[in-house]
Amino acid sequence: MEFGIVELSRLQFAMTAMYHFLFVPLTLGLSILVAIMETVYVMTNRPIWRQMTKFWGTLFGINFVLGVATGITMEFQFGMNWSYYSHYVGDIFGAPLAIEGLMAFFLEATFVGLFFFGWDKLSKVAHLTVAWLVAIGSNFSALWILIANGWMQNPVGAQFNPMTMRMEMTDFYEVLFNEVAQAKFVHTVSAGYVTASVFVLGVSAWYLLRGRHIELARRSITVAAAFGLASAFSVVLLGDESGYSATHSQKMKLAAIEGMWETEAAPASFTAFGFPDQEARTTHYAIHVPYVMGLIGTRSLTTSIPGIEELESQAETRIKSGLIAYDALMHIREARDNADPAETARFEAHSADLGFAFLLKKYVDDPRQATPEQIVQAANDTIPTVWPLFWAFRIMVALGFGFIATMLYFFYRASFKGMDFPRPALHLAVWMIPAPWIAAELGWFVAEFGRQPWTVDGVLPTAMSVSALSMTEVALTLAGFVIFYTVLFVIEMGLMLKYIRKGPFQDVEETDAWVIRHTERLAGRRNADAIAMPAE
Amino acid sequence: MILHSLIDYDILRVIWWGLLGVLLIGFALTDGFDMGVGALLPFVAETDVERRVAINTVGPVWEGNQVWFILGGGAIFAAWPPLYAVSFSGFYLAMFVVLAAFIVRPVAFKYRSKRDDVRWRTSWDWALFASGAIPALLFGVAVGNVIQGVPFHFTDDLHTIYEGAWYTKFIGLLDPFSLLAGVVSLSMLVMHGGAWLTLKAEGNVRDRARRFGSIAALVAVAAYALAGVWMALGIEGYRIVGDYLTTGPSNPLHFEVEKTASWLTAYSDRPWIAIAPIMGIAGGLLTFLGLRAGREVSTLLVSKMAILGVISSVGLTMFPFIMPSSSDPRSSLTVWNSSSSHMTLFIMLVVTVIFMPMILAYTAWVYKVLWGKVTEADVTDNSHSVY
Repeated sequence: MEFGIVELSRLQFAMTAMYHFLFVPLTLGLSILVAIMETVYVMTNRPIWRQMTKFWGTLFGINFVLGVATGITMEFQFGMNWSYYSHYVGDIFGAPLAIEGLMAFFLEATFVGLFFFGWDKLSKVAHLTVAWLVAIGSNFSALWILIANGWMQNPVGAQFNPMTMRMEMTDFYEVLFNEVAQAKFVHTVSAGYVTASVFVLGVSAWYLLRGRHIELARRSITVAAAFGLASAFSVVLLGDESGYSATHSQKMKLAAIEGMWETEAAPASFTAFGFPDQEARTTHYAIHVPYVMGLIGTRSLTTSIPGIEELESQAETRIKSGLIAYDALMHIREARDNADPAETARFEAHSADLGFAFLLKKYVDDPRQATPEQIVQAANDTIPTVWPLFWAFRIMVALGFGFIATMLYFFYRASFKGMDFPRPALHLAVWMIPAPWIAAELGWFVAEFGRQPWTVDGVLPTAMSVSALSMTEVALTLAGFVIFYTVLFVIEMGLMLKYIRKGPFQDVEETDAWVIRHTERLAGRRNADAIAMPAE
Repeated sequence: MILHSLIDYDILRVIWWGLLGVLLIGFALTDGFDMGVGALLPFVAETDVERRVAINTVGPVWEGNQVWFILGGGAIFAAWPPLYAVSFSGFYLAMFVVLAAFIVRPVAFKYRSKRDDVRWRTSWDWALFASGAIPALLFGVAVGNVIQGVPFHFTDDLHTIYEGAWYTKFIGLLDPFSLLAGVVSLSMLVMHGGAWLTLKAEGNVRDRARRFGSIAALVAVAAYALAGVWMALGIEGYRIVGDYLTTGPSNPLHFEVEKTASWLTAYSDRPWIAIAPIMGIAGGLLTFLGLRAGREVSTLLVSKMAILGVISSVGLTMFPFIMPSSSDPRSSLTVWNSSSSHMTLFIMLVVTVIFMPMILAYTAWVYKVLWGKVTEADVTDNSHSVY
């Protein structure tokens, strides 16, 4: 592959987006965990919960600020590096981004300051409200950015306008309730909740191993395990929902994830393991689990899922149809206001395939001049590189099941074994901390790399989306971001570790009266929630 | 959906042109004083406690303020996609510098006081200074370039092409007039930061803020007036030629545009717009007097008036142009040919009408909760919770 401006711009986008996504999942989940802890504090009035709120709140703050800072790059680099994309789909894609600012960013950013500075200025209930507003704001922002991203995966509710040479919105509700966007939203926020739960669990386990801050750590584990268990189930089930929606909208991505070269008779089997070979178009040493793929992808035993080669030949047909649309478009544009109705009708009949004609722009300036070989080549381009998708997906799913198992275990120990955690389990929890980040980054990779060669699936090829910049400019900013982000990352990790080592500002002792009642309750009903107690 | 035809396309375009102004002004009024405080930091605060007082005057609010910048980007994307595409890719390296500043600033605020180390804190103080002063300057430089026209053109399928090599694209932004515009915006925001510190701080920090803020106010007024004279004498304007549709499709290439002797002919066509520069100059002078006299609340208000006047004067003078092209005037972006579709503008207006009042209400509530001065005792007694 030739390395040009497109590849360099993609590298920069991937790097800045994946870096941004190191901080976002923790923000999504920790904002809610902190709000839950503060809710318990307000309901029970017990100082330990206030201490927990403040301690995890401090770590939340260190992480939150980098999520905000790196998010700024995301908001602006579409215009900087992807200006044709911005022009071409800004009419649809820009709206959720702006709504995200209005509805979510203002909410979280305005109240996050008050969360840290308002402890002495607000009543307890008012401060709790502020904590929840920060959490809701963070989660709303995920909703809107995933509506925008969902549209790139499944561009509904929009139509090409020959007069403006761009896609324009025809139905906002379709964009909003895009099934891909909705499935992605719930999957992504659940992933964030799992990330934060594993983080809280791991850090608390480390305290228990060291015999420090035991009161704080045991309660934190209990909250994290309960919340994490629900989230881990939800991230896997809703990930399955994403797969199901991809069956309708992104067949090629699904087939590539599966390494499914040829269409199988329904119900298709799931390839649990194998080595996909792009050249030979086969998956070596494949281990198949019968029926599973058909059930996941179509939720039926009779619908078949198309394989890569079938989709490739469909792409070739669509390229040829797209060429008719392209030719009609050129005539309409020349005539401007006096377009021939016959040309308009011809264009409209084929406009759904216009994007496929653009795939040829990589080879010829005027797609109508393309040779048959170039058309075959362009159809071949619609197949993403299979092996990274195949493996990234499988590792992500395995980690997902790992989270369910871990959370289930800690939830059991916390609820039924009086918060007694064996040391090996605590060690495991500490080592587990990086795992949700790996899963989240792989998930991003599967979604975005799997969409190639498109920025907007079937509408706009990536190669056409870039700005007319020089290699030098993009190389300079890429180098700048790498240096800059590395320094920030080192500083952030340093501070995180410092504050984790330092622990809470001061340990809070439970009152004697509370401890006595707590012990009594444990003795009386071992299965009762040992934590939640009425206010002293 | 046919609801959007309730409001005519050209009216929606004008509304969104106004909202673009509201966003820029909202950004300058709120985040402006954060940048101003950053730029003033080495001058108004010498000891660590003084610096922390200055930083904590904006500590709880900078995050919300910075959202004006982000929303500005998002709203331009949604309502003016060609402007978003052309300006950000055109000012590429300058944008990178601005982004770098906006990335480093939050981190500096948040992390500075998390370690007790002198080198650590001094480094972050420099970061706060640079990330306040540099974007404040560059925003003005960008406006200066837009006023003079930017060298770009569209191809037939609306790809944006910039004239010149990458270094001339970057260095070329820094021409004398644009630098003067940069001085206007930098001094204006420093003035605003001075007015804010006067209101929120005490003692030495407040006294120095009054002194430096009033100097900045005078510089801002002088530079702004000079830029006006320059525009009258030596800067070309643009106008649309022939018949054109204000409700037509958003394709810049459908218009004919030519250069004129000066933008300032707008003031004979629509004399009422003179109110904007008058507010700008009067606001700047009143801020100078207010800072000298030690008035607190009213000084901040007149400083806001100055910013409102200066920014809106640029938009009103150039209307209907948003970003003219100096090398191919036909490619110029105007209110009538570079917006989103009728439907998107309408939907975005509905969303804005619902959420903007809520945002203003809760932002006002937060400022009310935080009302009052930040004292040295506040920061030394609460070292673990404030910056």
